[in-house]
Amino acid sequence: MAKAEFDVPELQEYVDVPELQEDTMAHVKSFVVTKPEHNTDLGFPGELVEDWHDKALEKLDDLRGRYRSLQVFLDACVKCGSCTDKCHYFLGTKDPKNMPVGRQDLLRKVYRRYFTFAGKYFPKLVGAKDLTRETLDEWYNYYHQCSQCRRCSVFCPYGIDTAEISMAAREILDSIGYGQKYCNEIIGKVHKIGNNLGLPGPALEDTLEGLEEDMEDDFGVPVKFPLNVKGADILLVTPSADFFAEPHIDGLIGYGKVFHEAGASWTLSSTASEAGNFGMFIGSYENMRRVSMRIREAAQELGVKRIIFGECGHAWRVAYAFLNTLAGPFDFLDQKYPAPQHILEYTWEQIQAGKLNIDKSANDDMTLTFHDSCNVARATRIGDYPGSQFETPRNVIKAVCNNYVDMHHDSIGERTFCCGGGGGLLTDDLMEIRVKGALPRMTELQNVIKDKGVTHMAAICAICKSQFTKVLPYYGMDMDQIVSLHQLVSNAIVLTGQVTDDDEAESDAESEAEE
Amino acid sequence: MSFFFALLFILASIVFVVGLALKINQYAKTPAPLRIATTPAPITKTGVVMRLFREVVFFESLFKGTKWTWIFSWIFHMALLLVLVRHLRYFIEPDWVPTMVWALIELVQPFGKYAGFAMVIGLVGLFFRRIFVDRVRYISAPSDYLWLLVLGFIGISGLMMSFVMHTDIVAIKEFFTFSGGQLPVDFPLIVHLSLVALLMLLFPFSKLLHVPGVFFSPTRNMVDNPREQRHVAPWAKALEEEQK
Ligand code: HEM
Ligand code: HEM
Ligand code: SF4
Ligand code: SF4
Ligand code: SF4
Repeated sequence: MAKAEFDVPELQEYVDVPELQEDTMAHVKSFVVTKPEHNTDLGFPGELVEDWHDKALEKLDDLRGRYRSLQVFLDACVKCGSCTDKCHYFLGTKDPKNMPVGRQDLLRKVYRRYFTFAGKYFPKLVGAKDLTRETLDEWYNYYHQCSQCRRCSVFCPYGIDTAEISMAAREILDSIGYGQKYCNEIIGKVHKIGNNLGLPGPALEDTLEGLEEDMEDDFGVPVKFPLNVKGADILLVTPSADFFAEPHIDGLIGYGKVFHEAGASWTLSSTASEAGNFGMFIGSYENMRRVSMRIREAAQELGVKRIIFGECGHAWRVAYAFLNTLAGPFDFLDQKYPAPQHILEYTWEQIQAGKLNIDKSANDDMTLTFHDSCNVARATRIGDYPGSQFETPRNVIKAVCNNYVDMHHDSIGERTFCCGGGGGLLTDDLMEIRVKGALPRMTELQNVIKDKGVTHMAAICAICKSQFTKVLPYYGMDMDQIVSLHQLVSNAIVLTGQVTDDDEAESDAESEAEE
Repeated sequence: MSFFFALLFILASIVFVVGLALKINQYAKTPAPLRIATTPAPITKTGVVMRLFREVVFFESLFKGTKWTWIFSWIFHMALLLVLVRHLRYFIEPDWVPTMVWALIELVQPFGKYAGFAMVIGLVGLFFRRIFVDRVRYISAPSDYLWLLVLGFIGISGLMMSFVMHTDIVAIKEFFTFSGGQLPVDFPLIVHLSLVALLMLLFPFSKLLHVPGVFFSPTRNMVDNPREQRHVAPWAKALEEEQK
């Protein structure tokens, strides 16, 4: 059990909708940017500007003219309450400002006060409020307690998506120099170095070489992890955590094996060595575009024909839903394939084509369940029909594992609960909200562990994987219980020319010991 | 009296129509630079039309969210629809519209009359939920209660006229079809009409904007085709030129 400076909720059989308890999370404030360059690198003022009040309102006015979503969402809410019990952060903290509509209202009450007839002349009647320093701080605190997971949007009769409101609020905060350290520092690193972790090209090369050696040693097969290979067919863009974090790296090995068996010519790029795009978290079109352009440029420079994204939730959202718009048109790629593609689309294709030699029993020591990453579930597809984002991952898991069960239907598919760490919250200074926000997911995981004998949960998001690794122990579970989906694929693939059965058993045992 | 109401309704109609038109224009003109449909989303235009149809007619998302609110809300809205269709006979003459339309209005008459009760029941249910569910109470502003009261009293005063103190419908119709009739001076009618005028005046400035809003919501009305098609908003285009 990890030690905590706050009360970790106890797991029950169900997550009851709690009674409200005001301001339980008012004290949780993510670190603010202290080094001005973390803001200025992104084109924002280095520190809180003096005329923040007017500048913030100006920005709000500007944004509602640029995003229909914001304008319609600010107007349309009827306070029906349908979303109120849908946010994992509310369920885990009881704080009404973590109810989606409560969160929206922090911005909406200011919008009403300054931009609507009713709010200007009858503020009390419609709950409009002046923009004060307190409100500004509340924006900062509570808009950094939203993982932009869109669960609320599923249940809202007008599809009001609190993620859009959070993004707008964060953009307003950035525009007045009140940025969040975690996101902004990371985006700066991507702009400068090419990935979120600030992993420079040579370090990446070393890591990949090490991986290749391991593969030779373990299997006697030269599975390659090529970097910056001009003229390769496929550019793989994957979250940088895949290069060294557990269990992410086991997923990367899985991609490598799939490509190897498919006989594909593929490469990674050191300038586009990051799939994640935190520009979305801070709602900044400009930054999101800058980060996206690296991928386009890398693809053109290397002359590839396809772009494939590795396992990452929000990265896939930006890739699937925005990349073509932000950095397209991708007319220089092979038009036979959608641009970009998800690694699971590729792997599933190979499985169906019988290209992979699979031994399902390699995963028999586990009973799996699958965590639908919210950004994948509610903002994308993985395949060519609606709902393929749920089926393709399950199809692949079932093709490589014998034991699979789903969690409760209210917590998967489009209703999936966030891991609690998405949307720019994956930082230690937000541990309390991360742990509490994981409550609904942990509850349902615990239930399948107890009732169905589940041992492991597979995920396809770098953030989810890191978050669960950290949070599982708080709930008395083991950090190893979270696995990469392609780790399962990797386990099951029997490489062509792989060393004999006995050796194989041995190396299996080894890799397990490592896990 | 009639003169006052004539002025009031002319004003209310202008505010209602112009205000709503301006809002719709604003929504239509504001760009939606990124594809943000809540998935699984339809991948064709027809699919989107069906999705919106389900939202508008069945309140699909609300149904997923909360069954109690859904049932009261759906009763209220469907009853409201029937009542409004029934009301058309006060404003149009049979020979102004195709026979089919008039036949429909006639068909609705007996249902619309009782739908008034359903409407009020739905509103009462919604009102109680607003008072008793702590989460909904927390998010409610005074105006949220007042809307329910306004609609409730419109309904009750209407029902009074239908079932308790009948009023001179012919005169009302003459008044509203500009045939020069005088409004009868009945208490329920005055309440009814004053509140209806209030509703029309406030419509474009209030949460009743959920009516156009539901059609303009990007998470619901977008086709899920971002990989197949680029969607670049004008301001994003300008940004692209700048960053080149
Ligand atoms: C396209 C037509 C319409 C649709 C799809 C629609 C849909 C909805 C939905 C889904 C709700 C949320 C549930 C609730 O809280 O009741 C709602 C609430 C509401 N609607 Fe509508 N509506 C429509 C037209 C109207 C009209 C014409 C009026 C009034 C003249 C109206 C008045 C209200 C009111 C007052 C509420 C808030 C109820 C409350 O306080 O709980 N709606 N509407
Ligand atoms: C200028 C507009 C309106 C006029 C002239 C008007 C007039 C009337 C009259 C004369 C009645 C009595 C019918 C009878 O005796 O059979 C009535 C009933 C009623 N009205 Fe209205 N009304 C108007 C708008 C509305 C609106 C906007 C609503 C709803 C929000 C509404 C809701 C009702 C209801 C529920 C009843 C009782 C049920 C029924 O007879 O249909 N009215 N109205
Ligand atoms: S987007 Fe997710 S985290 Fe944010 S308010 Fe909605 S449900 Fe909560
Ligand atoms: S579900 Fe939508 S309309 Fe209802 S309270 Fe929440 S945001 Fe407002
Ligand atoms: S980290 Fe995973 S579960 Fe959490 S918001 Fe992102 S995709 Fe969703």
